[in-house]
This record gives sequence, structure tokens and C-alpha cells, in this order.
Amino acid sequence: MNSRFLPLLATVAIFILAYAVCYAQFPAMLSTRVIGNLFTDNAFLGIIAVGMTFVIISGGIDLSVGSVIAFSGVFISVMLRDTGLHPIPVFAVLLLITTLFGAAMGATIHFLEMPAFIVTLAGMFLARGMAYVLSIDSVPITHDFYSAIQSFYWLMPGKGRLTFIGGLMLVVFIAGMLVAHRTRFGTNVYALGGGTHTAQLMGVPVARTTIAIYALSGFLAGLSGIVFSIYTSAGYSLATVGVELDAIAAVVIGGTLLTGGSGFIAGTLIGVLIMGLIQIYIIFDGTLSSWWTKIVVGMLLFAFIVLQKGLVWFTGRNRASAAGTS
Amino acid sequence: MSGTARFLRRIAPQLITLAFVLALISVMFPGFFNISIANGRLYGSPIDILNRGAPVALLAIGMTLVIATRGIDLSVGAVMAICGAVSAWGITQGYDLGSTLLMAVVAGLVCGLWNGILVSFLGIQPIVATLILMVAGRGIAQLITEGAILTFNDPNLIFFGSGSLFTLPMPVVIWIVTGLLITWIVRRTALGMLIESVGINLRASTLAGINSRVLLIAVYVTSGFCAALAGIIAAADIRGADANNAGLWLELDAILAVVIGGTSLLGGRFSLIASLIGAMIIQAVNTGILLSGFPPEFNLVIKAAIILIILVVQSPALRTGMAFFRKPRQTDVAKKETVTQ
Repeated sequence: MNSRFLPLLATVAIFILAYAVCYAQFPAMLSTRVIGNLFTDNAFLGIIAVGMTFVIISGGIDLSVGSVIAFSGVFISVMLRDTGLHPIPVFAVLLLITTLFGAAMGATIHFLEMPAFIVTLAGMFLARGMAYVLSIDSVPITHDFYSAIQSFYWLMPGKGRLTFIGGLMLVVFIAGMLVAHRTRFGTNVYALGGGTHTAQLMGVPVARTTIAIYALSGFLAGLSGIVFSIYTSAGYSLATVGVELDAIAAVVIGGTLLTGGSGFIAGTLIGVLIMGLIQIYIIFDGTLSSWWTKIVVGMLLFAFIVLQKGLVWFTGRNRASAAGTS
Repeated sequence: MSGTARFLRRIAPQLITLAFVLALISVMFPGFFNISIANGRLYGSPIDILNRGAPVALLAIGMTLVIATRGIDLSVGAVMAICGAVSAWGITQGYDLGSTLLMAVVAGLVCGLWNGILVSFLGIQPIVATLILMVAGRGIAQLITEGAILTFNDPNLIFFGSGSLFTLPMPVVIWIVTGLLITWIVRRTALGMLIESVGINLRASTLAGINSRVLLIAVYVTSGFCAALAGIIAAADIRGADANNAGLWLELDAILAVVIGGTSLLGGRFSLIASLIGAMIIQAVNTGILLSGFPPEFNLVIKAAIILIILVVQSPALRTGMAFFRKPRQTDVAKKETVTQ
């Protein structure tokens, strides 16, 4: 079997195991209501995690997404409050801004040959700062369009509700999988993660691909900001602090190699669901405190990184011994 | 060129920037440089900058060494929270000052050791290895404080936050002494050079006989130690341990201070003094914005602008372009490029 799939299988196994443990303790866990909530509560995290998967597969990192979500929320709420525009044109303008923002970061990374880490750090400061400049208070959103979206859901069998934003997350994941595995852009992203020089020699348009990857991440961060504003009905410049770390953790738990070049969008979905499951378990239990989430996520991160290291080492040794015998 | 002249030339850009920022503030606020002595302690805006900048300056010391080995330590903010929580816990449990401080520092050293082992023995990328503690660290800190803000009233521990020694506030004394001590250690021995060589090429350094594993661990342990000191100061300053907010995002400020100090994120040559000046530049900008009555929200936008300017100046692409115009130094640049490969 291809060892490429091992991290993904480990993720799926852990998810099933965790769910089984939860189910043994609280049989209500298996109801579609819990599953519906799992999708709704993690919708904004899932959407940025798709963008983050692309970025990490290409060997980069995007620290700006959490701030971009906060900026999006504040931008939408301030625009709706002050201009009286319909939300849809506001969404369009917002997505344009965040996509261009991501593209600008990608261009800086490529043309200035600087580490993605520090460029997106500047982007993180800039987006958070712009959110503060727009408004430091929490701005409520009251618009008929919003309440219409919020009350829209699909009733699953068992009375679970798949809300609009939960469904949107699933659509984004499916689109992400198609882009990653069925388009030339997706192949280019994987090639870039294998090494910039090799990719260049193979004829991958490095500049265009890098810019497109960060533009995609920016676009999805904007979309996630829209989802988050629907989820909370407000825009607040201090919201979603540190969400980029959750997204990175979800991607790593999902089996994507942080060195780039290998990983699956589907794994990220499971990673997001595992993190959501930990939170649901803590809520169900009632006696555990929320900080256990952080510790468990940290331990899972550690386990997965060590697993990946072991795999890389193991395949490397196999290859070396195969070369030695031939 | 003599050593002193070379050193001055190295830190000149940072000194000029700091002088420029200070001059800008003093033009707007003529009383900015007024320093007075009351109760045997110096007061005034410049002293305030030195004092408020203490945590970032301390973190920047450890971070400089880590970045010089081509690593990065994202966990320092969380380690600060852990060590602050440990010191508050120790003093409220009735331990004396010495053992409380010892426990807090040991906690920092253990965190650094953990990061160092992940990076050197397991060979995990530094960003990822330290990310684990960054995520889990605040949870651990909350475990120690049991989710509350642990307050204390011990005057000896509070002394580290608001006391004064030789008319200088205690945090200032701590970061200056730590900075000088570590600079002295790495520059009076071959350690500094070995750290630089590991950062430039790990494999070549190992082959040349440098014990790079021990060196990497030592660097992360130093970073943990500095974070512990910063955590104690931060906790003593507010007379309590706040697991959620102590040192929040300070790792980014520390990295920024190192980058402003001219140490490349790609490892290699470093300057601790320049990083410390970098930390003071950040704090001067913060204080300047507060004084000028601009909303503090602009702080982040200005920081982003500073990073962008530094990125452009440090960019390898720009350097290659510059080399084209500066014929005599071309060989020098070419040498540098082969070194960074």
C-alpha cells in the first residue's frame, strides 16, 4: 500500500475511535443533531482550513487568516450599518478585497524571496489593524437577509439541522478536493511543495501558482469571515484571535505534511471534525474545563508530527536499502 | 577596520532608526526627555520605554540565538504564561521567594528542553515543533492557575515588576544584565561563531565536528530561560498570573525585534545588541503612538508597515539588484549568496 495514505488512514482511525469512545459514554452523540451542530460550529474553521491545506501543501504558511476573518466581520457590519447596501454586493466587494490581499502577500513572498512566515505575519498585523481602524466595538448586524440565511436549514433524518453555513463548508471541501486532485493548478501546488527549484525545472509557473495559492487562501478567509458574521450576527475586531493556529493544527492532524508536497483536503475535514469533537465531548462531560481542548489538540499535534517523521524516516530507509540491494 | 568601528557600523541602522523615532516623538512632545528622580527611582518617558520594553527585550535575546540557528521559537509567549503561573502558584502556596523563582525558571528551562529535543533529535521543523507548545502551553498554564487569575501580594515577588535597583526599575536591570551576560558568553567564547555556523549550514557544521545537537538544545533552553524571566516580570508587574493574556502575541513582537535588529530569518550572523535596540524601537513606537493621542489601533498598521519596509530592505532579490550597481562589493555579495545556500 502507498505510504502516502498512512497519515490519512491514521486520522480516520483516530476520528472513528474518538467517536466510538464518545458514543460509548454518551449515546446521544450519534444523533444527527450533534452532527449538524458539529458542521455548523466548525464551518468557519473548516473553510479557512481548506485554504490553509493548499498553502501548507505548497510548503508555505498563512498566519493572516484569523485576522482576515475579523476584518471581514467588521467590514461587513460597518458597511451594512453605514451604507444601507444589500449584503450581497458587500460580500462581493469583501471577497475582492481579501483575494487581492492574499495575492499581494503571495507576490511579496515570491518576488522578494522572503519566508512566507514573516510576510503573512505582516499581513496578520495589517488586517487586524484595519479591523481596529474600522471599529473597535462589536457591531451588531441586523438585516432581513441575515435572518433569512440563519433560519434556513435542511432537516436531516433524525431532526438534525444542516444549516446553510454547515452546508457551505461541505461544498467548499468538495470544491477544494476537485481543485487539488483534478486540475492543473492542484498538481502545480503539489509540485511546488516538493521543491521550488524542481517545480521550476518541470515547467510549473512558480510566480503565478504562488500568487494564486495565497489569493485562494485570502478568498476563503473572506468567505469564512462572511460565514462567521452569519454565525455570530456581529462583527468584532477582537474576534477569532489565534484561529490560524487551529487551522494549522487541523491541517496537520488531517495528515498533511508541514514540509509540503503531501496531504489531502479530505484529511483536513476529518482534522476539523476531530477538533470539534473534542469540544463537544468537553461540553457533554460538563466537568472538564475548556483549556483541556488546547492540551489535547497539542498532544494530537505532537502525535501526528512524530508519526509523519517516523513515516518519512521509514520510507527513506526502505528506499536506501532498496538502492543498496539493486 | 577595528572591531569597535565594525560593531558601530553593524548597529548603525538600528541606532539611526531609534534616534529618528525618539526625535520624532520629542518634536511633538518637547517634555519627552524630562527625567526626574523621586523616591530613589528614575521617572520619565525614556525610562518608561526601557521598562515597558523589558519582556520583549528579554524574549528577543533568546529569539536571536534561536533565529541565528535558522530556527524560530513560537512558544515563548505561552512559556511566559506557564512561568508566570508557576511563580504565582508557588508564592501563594507559601514557598519562599528563592524556591518560587527557581521553580519558575526550571519550568522555562524544561519547556526549552522540550522544544530543543523536538528540533534536534526528532528533526522537526522549528516552526512546527514550537507550535505544539504554543497551542498547548496556555492550556497548561490554565491548568496551574485552575482557570482563574491567580493574584498575590508578596512584596518580594512584586519587587521584580515594580521595584528599583540603582535608581533603575528592576525589569530594566534584569534585561540589561541578561543581555550583557549572554552577549559576553557568546562573544567571548567560540559559542557565537558555532551558533552562526550551525545556522548557515547544519550538515557542514556537524561534519566539521561541531556538536550541533547539544548546541541546538542549548539555544532553545536559553530561549526558555529568557521567557521564564519575562514571565516572572510580567506576573510581578500585574501582581497576578493571567494564563490567557500573559505574553499574548509577544512571540511575534520578539521575532519582529530580531528582524529589525538585522538578523536574517534564514540564520547565520546575529547581533544581540541590535536585537535589543530593535525591541526598544518597537516599544518607542508603541509609546509614541500612545502619547500622540492616535488611537492605539494604528499600532498594528504601523507595525505591519515597518515589517514591510524591513522585508524590502532585507530581500535577497533587492540585494542582487543592488550588487549590480555596486561593482566593488560584488564579490562580497556573491560570497554571501553561496554561504546562504
